[in-house]
Amino acid sequence: MRQSIIHWFKFASPQSFYPLAGRMIPWFWAATAAFGIAGLWISFFVAPTDAQQGEGYRIIFVHVPASWMSMFIYLVMAFWAGLGLALNTRVSGMMAQALAPTGALMAALSLWTGALWGKPMWGAWWVWDARLTSELILFFLYLGFMALQAAIDDPRRADKAGAILALVGVVNIPIIYFSVKWWNTLHQGSTINLTKAPSMAQTMLWGMLLMALCFWMYSIAVALTRVRAIILERERHTEWVKHAVE
Amino acid sequence: MQWNSVGEFFAMGGYALYVWGSFGACALLMIAEPFLAKRRLSEVRKSLIRERLADELELQQRSQ
Repeated sequence: MRQSIIHWFKFASPQSFYPLAGRMIPWFWAATAAFGIAGLWISFFVAPTDAQQGEGYRIIFVHVPASWMSMFIYLVMAFWAGLGLALNTRVSGMMAQALAPTGALMAALSLWTGALWGKPMWGAWWVWDARLTSELILFFLYLGFMALQAAIDDPRRADKAGAILALVGVVNIPIIYFSVKWWNTLHQGSTINLTKAPSMAQTMLWGMLLMALCFWMYSIAVALTRVRAIILERERHTEWVKHAVE
Repeated sequence: MQWNSVGEFFAMGGYALYVWGSFGACALLMIAEPFLAKRRLSEVRKSLIRERLADELELQQRSQ
């Protein structure tokens, strides 16, 4: 027990997290490629044509993973930001900062692929319905978080201000998730539900889950790359950084 | 497999613009982002190396 506590605190320091992240990144890229190849193969060559939407439904294989990741990354980002605020650990704030651009990218992809799916199926690129509007707010929360942090010179103060914004914005996540239940929206209900069997063919489900895993591994790999850059930028005047780069 | 030809695959049953527009945007952004993150890391590393070289040079000059 004592051993594990020591390890936790060990990796909470930028000095030991920097090389650890460097060792982990290639594995996450390998996992991204493996899940991506399998997921794309199923998406295009195994999953059958949809009875109602024809081949147009195949957008689901990127739309749903991007949307899930946009919400999940926000929760992880808020968790790290909150941890940094409570415990004043240095790496936490850096993790939150590293995750924000990837989360914003996922939210943008969710909105973009959603528009391209909405046009042929609903006849509109965009409607101001609860699901779409709350996802747009999520995108703006990411941008707001990044802009706020960029506007404050002292990184520790930027972390604190960003953490408060991130934590307040968490309220938006259940709103997005339950919006299709709470309001009568144009957006279809959730495809996967914890309480009942999924309402889609088994192969479609597998394709979607593999693509989601691919997006997940991608997000970790790219966020770890960015956090390494942030660690060096913020710790550049410390002695260990001078020896870390050869 | 439901495709009889390559052309049929790219036509996506008439939804080519929407399907390829979605997958294409994902591919584009998910290639660009890691590239930018890696560049940011290598830029800071390069500037740190330059800084160290400058320090070493300064020490040499002082000792002379």
